[in-house]
Amino acid sequence: MASPLDQFVIKPIIPLGKIGASEIAFTNASLFMMLVVGAIGLFFMAATSQRALVPGRMQAFAEMLYEFVANTLKSAAGKEGMQFFPLVFSLFLFVLTANFMGMIPGAFTVTSHIIVTFALAMLVFLTVIGVGFAKHGTHFLGLFVPGGAPAALVPFLVVIEVISFLSRPISLGMRLFANMLAGHIALKVFAGFVVSLGALGIGGILGATLPLGMIVALTALEFLVAFLQAYVFTILTCVYLNDALHPGH
Amino acid sequence: MATPQKTGTEVPGGGNAGPGFPPFKTETFASQLLWLAIFFGLLYWLVSKVFAPRLTEVIEGRASRIAKDLEEAAAAKVKAEEAGAAYEKSLAEAKAKAQAIAQARRDEVNKASEARRKSLEADLAARLVAAETQIADTKTKAMANVEGIAAEAASAIVQRLGGTAPSRGDLDAALKAALKA
Repeated sequence: MASPLDQFVIKPIIPLGKIGASEIAFTNASLFMMLVVGAIGLFFMAATSQRALVPGRMQAFAEMLYEFVANTLKSAAGKEGMQFFPLVFSLFLFVLTANFMGMIPGAFTVTSHIIVTFALAMLVFLTVIGVGFAKHGTHFLGLFVPGGAPAALVPFLVVIEVISFLSRPISLGMRLFANMLAGHIALKVFAGFVVSLGALGIGGILGATLPLGMIVALTALEFLVAFLQAYVFTILTCVYLNDALHPGH
Repeated sequence: MATPQKTGTEVPGGGNAGPGFPPFKTETFASQLLWLAIFFGLLYWLVSKVFAPRLTEVIEGRASRIAKDLEEAAAAKVKAEEAGAAYEKSLAEAKAKAQAIAQARRDEVNKASEARRKSLEADLAARLVAAETQIADTKTKAMANVEGIAAEAASAIVQRLGGTAPSRGDLDAALKAALKA
């Protein structure tokens, strides 16, 4: 029987060559990245082509997504946070669409690979550092000095703050990756139970209804997780960008 | 997670479907990063150059349109209120004017009737006076006639009784005495 991990295997579709030990190829992961971006692109192209004063269904949905992300960004990072809107909106759309596309049976989940989620997290992290230093210079380092702390505690607190700052991209990427991975593995494991129980005859088929019910419930949960993780990724991005704009506690 | 792998003998197309935990297969990372950079870069470009500006334009356009319409409505309301006030004012003015005209007319009519009454009264008074003088004249005339008639009657009576007519002087003296009594 297929391993629950098979769904995460990257298979080259068009091999392109090698860089050292790394194989460069257009893979199933690349294909689904393309499908994700293509779906977002087609939807928004169609939704924003009219630019109607009174929006149609697609435009209303596009505007809803826009305002949802814009409000999240504004409430976390203030009005000047809107300069990062394209980045935050792209991240939200990419993660959300990749998560949902992964829910299609047989589809590849782009966000179930840690290198992808970690790269997106690093993109946020490096943006925060770059913008922080560009805007505030060395004042950006004030981020690591909690105000109002006793002087004796400051060195200790700075170490903690630096560690927590550096662990941000890891936790940000890991959270999304682990949620997607775990959910999809759980679905596959329960599906495996259904198959192996079903092979045991009539009693097994009756017994298999239990894991089948679990799959139904887990699928609903996974849809929630797919949205929730995209939202969590977005809101944490906004919170981190707020540090770049307003360092100092 | 044990990852027994990387013998370097993988054939292209056979891929890295070998044993191990697929997300931790480092030899896939370069390819993943490359395609992620390409497609996420494309998405970022689309969002920042096309979708976000379009949506911003639509949403802000709508917001400003609504604000403008509200402003216009408020201006129209103020205008309507002003028109209402002007109407009330002109109505009050017209009422006052009508009352003034009516008052003037009433005064005029009163004055005219007063004047007519006065002239009528004066006329009547004059006529009264004239009538009174006439009456007095007639009276004096009548009195004079009475004296004459009395003298003639007395003279006739005396002639009938005495045979001779009394002298004018005696008659007058006697008449005067009699009229005085």
